[in-house]
Amino acid sequence: MSEITTLAITELAELLRAKELSSAEITKAYLDEIKAKDGIIGAYISVFEEAALLKAEEIDKMRASGVDMPVLSGIPAGIKDNICTKGMKTTCASKMLDGFAPPYDATVIEKLKQLDAIVLGKLNMDEFAMGSTSENSYYRPVRNPRCVDSVPGGSSGGSAAAVAANEAAYALGSDTGGSIRQPAAFCGVVGMKPTYGTVSRYGLVAFASSLDQIGPITKNVRDNALVLNAIAGHDPRDTTSVNRHFGDFTSGLEEGVRGLKIALPREFFADGVSSEVKAGILAAASAFEELGAGIIEVSLSTLEYALPAYYVISSAEASSNLARFDGIRYGHRAVNSDSIEELYINSRSEGFGSEVKRRIMLGTFALSAGYYDAYYKKALQVRTLVAGEFNAIFEKCDLILSPVAPTPAYKIGEKVSDPLEMYMGDAFTVPVNIAGLPALSLPCAKTTEGLPIGMQLIAKPFDEALLYRAGYAFEQTHPIRFDIDRRCVSHDRGI
Amino acid sequence: MTGEYEVVIGLEIHCELKTKTKIFCSCPTDFGAEPNTQCCPVCMGLPGALPVLNRLIVEYAVKAGLATNCTIASRSKQDRKNYFYPDLPKAYQISQYDLPLCEHGYLNIETGSGAKRIGITRIHIEEDAGKLVHDDRLGTLVDMNRCGVPLIEIVTEPDLRSAEEVRAFLQKLRAILIYTGVSDCKMNKGEFRCDVNLSVRKKGESTLGVRTEIKNLNSFSFIISAIEYESKRQIDMLESGDPVIQETRRFDPATGKTYSMRTKENADDYRYFPDPDLAPIEVTGDMLRDWRASIPKLPDERKAEYVSQYGITAYDAEMIVSRIEVADLFERCAALTTHTKIVANLIITEVFRLLENDDAEVPFSPEQIASLAEMLGTGRINTGTAKQVLKEIAGTELDPETIVKERGLEQVSDIALLEKVVQEVLEENPKPANDYRSGKTAAIQALIGKAMAKTNGRGNAVIIGQLLKKQLS
Repeated sequence: MSEITTLAITELAELLRAKELSSAEITKAYLDEIKAKDGIIGAYISVFEEAALLKAEEIDKMRASGVDMPVLSGIPAGIKDNICTKGMKTTCASKMLDGFAPPYDATVIEKLKQLDAIVLGKLNMDEFAMGSTSENSYYRPVRNPRCVDSVPGGSSGGSAAAVAANEAAYALGSDTGGSIRQPAAFCGVVGMKPTYGTVSRYGLVAFASSLDQIGPITKNVRDNALVLNAIAGHDPRDTTSVNRHFGDFTSGLEEGVRGLKIALPREFFADGVSSEVKAGILAAASAFEELGAGIIEVSLSTLEYALPAYYVISSAEASSNLARFDGIRYGHRAVNSDSIEELYINSRSEGFGSEVKRRIMLGTFALSAGYYDAYYKKALQVRTLVAGEFNAIFEKCDLILSPVAPTPAYKIGEKVSDPLEMYMGDAFTVPVNIAGLPALSLPCAKTTEGLPIGMQLIAKPFDEALLYRAGYAFEQTHPIRFDIDRRCVSHDRGI
Repeated sequence: MTGEYEVVIGLEIHCELKTKTKIFCSCPTDFGAEPNTQCCPVCMGLPGALPVLNRLIVEYAVKAGLATNCTIASRSKQDRKNYFYPDLPKAYQISQYDLPLCEHGYLNIETGSGAKRIGITRIHIEEDAGKLVHDDRLGTLVDMNRCGVPLIEIVTEPDLRSAEEVRAFLQKLRAILIYTGVSDCKMNKGEFRCDVNLSVRKKGESTLGVRTEIKNLNSFSFIISAIEYESKRQIDMLESGDPVIQETRRFDPATGKTYSMRTKENADDYRYFPDPDLAPIEVTGDMLRDWRASIPKLPDERKAEYVSQYGITAYDAEMIVSRIEVADLFERCAALTTHTKIVANLIITEVFRLLENDDAEVPFSPEQIASLAEMLGTGRINTGTAKQVLKEIAGTELDPETIVKERGLEQVSDIALLEKVVQEVLEENPKPANDYRSGKTAAIQALIGKAMAKTNGRGNAVIIGQLLKKQLS
């Protein structure tokens, strides 16, 4: 395979600027990777080969004419398939939206297009972003490029797998309860869940509106900060996007962690966390200490309530957000329905997968008359408590360090029949969404089988630059290389 | 039998605010455009689209609240009302549930039986749904132009006791909303429509009876008919020992009856919850001050002025202020003539007759009405002539004075001439004359009529009456 696709964004940008590489060459190299590997990996739902190459040539011409191009221009990205792309299929990996092409671009897509980024295609995921393994895709499950028998995590499994398998220079994912951070950890790449309100949600097909955030998945920390620079910012079309000045997220990247206080909440190391994960995180803590940071132990006593609260809130919002998929105006419509009620029931029964139906039913129940106070209202109260406890912790420290997930990537099919077990895997990521905080997921260790272990760094709202600074300090001093599973290269299967 | 019962009515009024753009996007709200030409991803509820509240909606709703004596919430929120219907593209309506913008208001109404205060429970903002169009060939189609058109819902306390009170209340409310400038309230365009909650109980009982809700009435006459029919239906049921069932009913103008739509058992659970896409609504003291200052004189204030400055009755004044264009007409006339009571009479007896339709425009200029009032007040013309001239000049720019002059319509008050007429009338009509002499004083009206006819309607009826009485006594 070509060396090109192993390069970081910064390296590609430098080669483009020096005219040692063209955008067309880079795009072609990525398209070749997709053709070689994606038959096995399954990271993509749609690949826009022609459009991507045309755009690349156009950008090369602009650059040749002497135009000064922004850093992301001409560099190919993959986009999670729940982010609207004008005139291009946006399916949310659901039969319900199979063939649906929205008439508008999400704000993040507009922003990338303004920077002349290249959209390679749309990435596979758990249907409507509900799941932790990317097995809940209407099309096909995604495989982990580090070990094709394992799940890549989810729901942004396609995004993480594409970056890990060099099928995209970077990807956009969405994170409602860990959907960027957990697949990044399982695939050994870098994922950021920004502070709620940092990136516009306009054009992100909503799962749980009060929790969803779009964020970058990249090969390294600096790339991640560059992509966040491109997509962050106030959007008048999204009331929940924050109207503030977001500085350059790469500034201060090299300032190190000396003098920072990093907290380890003891609840994140309880039973159920694999010993390899525990060891990996503790080793990372020691590494930060060696780099000059102070490590303190704290308690997040509300952790155990965050997960149930999350599943009530996210399912409640989802039950309402997904009600619009009714077979009337767009999307899947069942044939042979005798009444409007039957049309709704049949279209939704056929169009949604079982995990989506489970969440819709959970959420509908939680919002029903007579149950609202016991579930939804209670969950909102828990949310306030969790956010309050985080606030209190951040009075004592700058960052929180924890595992991303209790275990490394597990085998495909292993947990698919036990939703509760699967939900437990989100215990460390959901509190961050509940509290609206930013968190960075980056590789910190390797299992004996060679699978990635990810650490999660959590910061105060809008302290993304500090997360990048700490992540960069670790990455520079503790580089970890993960191999790509050779079994993902199939010569007889292409797209 | 009906006399033993009391009808208890509460109203829910939906009123379209007259903003140029929709509540959550910048699509226009113009009425009558080609189907699906005034919509965008936001109002069509496409996946990923997000609502952004048009701040003017808050201002208008708060003004409506201030004009109806409501308490304004400094912090309120918007909630999702979840239900499936093909005209509702998101499958939820963004409305307000437990924290409406305005609460605890009231309006004073005046009916034949006196003044009364009607409580307003709340006023909240919400979005309208689309429209289903049934086509014989194509089936049912959806027009989404109305989706996201801004509405306020006004809910009253169950303080109303008759169709007459309901009419008075709705007229007052509609007038206030129009005065305030928040809505045109054009009923034929669906900008002002009403749900009626109605129950009956034996007079003197303190608990409420089981109520039914009659949905979506969009004309005063439908509202009155529906109330009359539904009250009778419920009383009949109670009389025959059948329980009234809590249900939603619809009114069919063709039959004048109400029909069951769905019972409470089949009612939707709307699963209201705060819309996570929208921030809470804050109304600051400064906003309140500015908005309050921009509210013009309201009907009650104008009414009080009319009574004290122009000496007209409270009942007449209430009627005049019920339509802002009529009140404006009255005030402009009052600036042109001192005969304000005559202006009021002309307006109430003649102008309102031409305004049967609530969306009709006043077909007279203030100069026309003032000129007629002046001629009436100085005795130059009589009432019959005034009515006749009004009919002719409606919708034109003709000058009444010119018409009267050119056609010689001036009132005849010449005693000698009228004495001659009276003499003729008495000779030609011995029977009513004898009737009057034998004590049937009403018979004089017939004789006045005959005399008026002889003067082509121009005779001074007062003088004719006096002359007749003199002759007959």
